[in-house]
Amino acid sequence: MDLSTELRRLLPREAVIADPASLSVYECDALSAYRQPPKVVVLPRTAEEVRAILRLCHRLRVPVVARGAGTGLSGGALPHAEGVLLSLTRLNRILSIDPANRTATVEPGVRNIQIACTIGGNVAENSGGVHCLKYGLTLNNLLALTVMTIEGERLELGSQTLDAPGYDLLALMTGSEGLLGIVTSVTVELLPRPQAAQVLLAAFKRVEDAGNGVAAVIAAGIIPAGLEMMDRLAIEAAEDFVHAGYPLDAEAILLCEIDGHPAEIEAELPRVAEVLKAQGATEVRVARDESERQRFWTGRKAAFPALGRIAPDYYCMDGTIPRRHLGAVLARIGALSQEFGLAVANVFHAGDGNLHPLILYDANAPGQLERAEAFGGKILEVCVEAGGTITGEHGVGVEKLNQMCVQFTAEELEQFHAVKRAFDPDGLLNPGKAIPTLRRCAEFGALHVHAGKLPFPELERF
Amino acid sequence: MLAPETLEEITAAVKAANRYGEPLRIFGSDSKAFYGRGVVGTPLSLRNLSGVIAYEPTELVVTVRAGTRIGDLEALLASKSQMLACEPPHLGNDATIGGMIGTGLAGPRRPYAGGVRDSVLGIRCIVAAGSLLRFGGQVMKNVAGFDISRLMVGTLGTLGIIVEASLKVLPRPRAEITLCQEVQAARAIELMNAWARKPLPLSAAAYDGVAVYARLTGSAASVASACAEIGGHEADSRFWEDLREQRLSYFLDGRPVWRVSAPPAAAPLALAGEWFFDWGGAHRWLKSEADPEDIKHAAVGCGGHAVLFRGGDQEGEPFPRPPPALLSVYQRIKKAFDPNGILNPGRLLPEL
Ligand SMILES: Cc1cc2nc3c(=O)[nH]c(=O)nc-3n(C[C@H](O)[C@H](O)[C@H](O)COP(=O)(O)OP(=O)(O)OC[C@H]3O[C@@H](n4cnc5c(N)ncnc54)[C@H](O)[C@@H]3O)c2cc1C
Repeated sequence: MDLSTELRRLLPREAVIADPASLSVYECDALSAYRQPPKVVVLPRTAEEVRAILRLCHRLRVPVVARGAGTGLSGGALPHAEGVLLSLTRLNRILSIDPANRTATVEPGVRNIQIACTIGGNVAENSGGVHCLKYGLTLNNLLALTVMTIEGERLELGSQTLDAPGYDLLALMTGSEGLLGIVTSVTVELLPRPQAAQVLLAAFKRVEDAGNGVAAVIAAGIIPAGLEMMDRLAIEAAEDFVHAGYPLDAEAILLCEIDGHPAEIEAELPRVAEVLKAQGATEVRVARDESERQRFWTGRKAAFPALGRIAPDYYCMDGTIPRRHLGAVLARIGALSQEFGLAVANVFHAGDGNLHPLILYDANAPGQLERAEAFGGKILEVCVEAGGTITGEHGVGVEKLNQMCVQFTAEELEQFHAVKRAFDPDGLLNPGKAIPTLRRCAEFGALHVHAGKLPFPELERF
Repeated sequence: MLAPETLEEITAAVKAANRYGEPLRIFGSDSKAFYGRGVVGTPLSLRNLSGVIAYEPTELVVTVRAGTRIGDLEALLASKSQMLACEPPHLGNDATIGGMIGTGLAGPRRPYAGGVRDSVLGIRCIVAAGSLLRFGGQVMKNVAGFDISRLMVGTLGTLGIIVEASLKVLPRPRAEITLCQEVQAARAIELMNAWARKPLPLSAAAYDGVAVYARLTGSAASVASACAEIGGHEADSRFWEDLREQRLSYFLDGRPVWRVSAPPAAAPLALAGEWFFDWGGAHRWLKSEADPEDIKHAAVGCGGHAVLFRGGDQEGEPFPRPPPALLSVYQRIKKAFDPNGILNPGRLLPEL
């Protein structure tokens, strides 16, 4: 019996998709440079159906790739040619809300309204956002997960309170990109809304000054609820698109949001303004009212689509670096942009040091995609050199496998594989993603030479 | 006893132990030796592997060797008006950062500013094979590879020897005040949860059996306005340090002390003994000679769990028994780091 016939015994007819035309809809996530239709798509509605699918795939040794909304930017949800694409979008119920204990338990397909991704995807990527400097990443706001292993065992990780006994598999599962298990429910902690929020816009004549301004705000003991930076290209594109009211003569702007008690905001904003002026801000504007505040943020949030209007394609990178190197690394990216002959725009979570250089290119122009990828890879290596990481929030997926070889030693990668085997000895969950094989690293050639030793002496070279 | 000063010495000791399958009892200063099951093995203390490697106040990050004393690090941070957000209990003058991570114990600030796991940005550790591995890093956001640095928190040395850690730090708040009011236990739970539902600058909430205490920290303006909202009278702020360090009279008799984790709004449990609530109700000390099974059962019944923290039968099972499927994953993870079972075997669970 073939795979889809077996799957149809577990699921309603319409929940199993195997005809080529329909399969092609699923061939990529938001990293559309990589495409591969799966063998079958399944759309379960319940955790028990997920369990049955996993048991079947385990028995038949068929790869399983989990898919939320497919908005991931690193190809983490790229299908496997021989595998099942397990869509979790129909597991979209809010299971319970407990106002007394301030928690909510939801299924993984529940969406985050703003960018339409799923909470399961957020857990699998340990996503951040503009508020994580103050409020943390996904992990910092999670209490519990229900996870199905590839063998169909149900694991309850974390607890309904602030700590759980045993190994912290909640932390390990978060950000594991669908390699260790399938998340079927998520319990998050709910926080009270801050009483008020206010945003300040500061303009700079030099990108480096804006970078230094970020470090200076933190050094002053201020933890903004958001601290975002946009450079000239991003400002122009956003302004053209949504008329946010940004200054067009600036090389960079910072948006700094302070939230909390109104009196606290009132005390804090002038301090932020003073610190930024000392770093060379040419203009500092506090939003006059809530509608102006919303407009300042609309520009930031529309920056990606706005850049999408000025270039046929863009490639979004995601390294994180220590904040004090922001100025220098941005200058380096500017120089690389000249070298590769491709424009780059920067719109990013500056407060966390999380860069999002957007490389603008035209996929229809011969060689540009390859050039954009080479440029992107180079940027990530610069991030590692600066003491940072190749991905702050978008994950490794298929995209950054090579750069993993730069960031980690062979022994560290081997430890990741050992952890993977502890959950999935046959390597059926999202195979080929997130953690490169040692062979791939050897072929890539960008080896992390540790303590002067060649890291993969046991492998033949190509 | 081994008390190596360099990574090379640790590596050599671990390799030898691994080759001969001889367990190591890994610790810092043994300030929390009472916590968890005993380990039979060659003692290996990290206390001589100490010192700050890098501290960049503008990055809100500090990197230290595992044997660094928590007190020394806190003094350094205080000199730059910063602090560890998780407010770790020392429970001994020489308590180390390695022990803080290994036990994963956090202080009164936990519900409002995160636990030890939330403070860890990266670690370097030596696994049983003797290799020195680095996971995570020095930056706030990092999702490259599995999050092994946070997995290490609370493993009680059973997966690897932590030799270095990068920790997130926070600015010290400018204003702080402690308020208290006398209430019954059930009312204390109600109050602490009502406060947590509001955007108040709360940084601790506890109940000692007589009065409920709240600590407010933030800007002068927000603290002043929250004071008016919470009410009660001002109390000595040293209460929190005495609670964290278990110097309050509650902790000073010989009865077994249980640490019951519960959903914060759960009604007080009907168990014989004396209670002391911390973490706004999410973590409840119980001093009791009741049957351990009854205590564990009641804790699970309200959606939490109970750990025998100090005293009683530590050689039994001070930690809850995981369900079989989970235990089997734990065992496979243990094997992935320590196939011969030489790293603190049995401290957390007999099987690990
Ligand atoms: C315009 C735009 C802006 C963005 N901005 C940010 C930002 O500010 N901060 C940030 O952190 N990220 C950002 N992202 C990326 C975001 O993190 C991902 O898009 C999102 O987390 C993925 O959710 P998804 O439901 O689309 O998952 P998918 O893309 O479908 O899947 C992502 C990964 O998760 C796995 N997965 C999905 N569901 C499950 C499950 N239930 N169990 C196990 N594994 C699962 C998949 O296998 C895959 O590896 C942005 C993306 C876009 C397109």
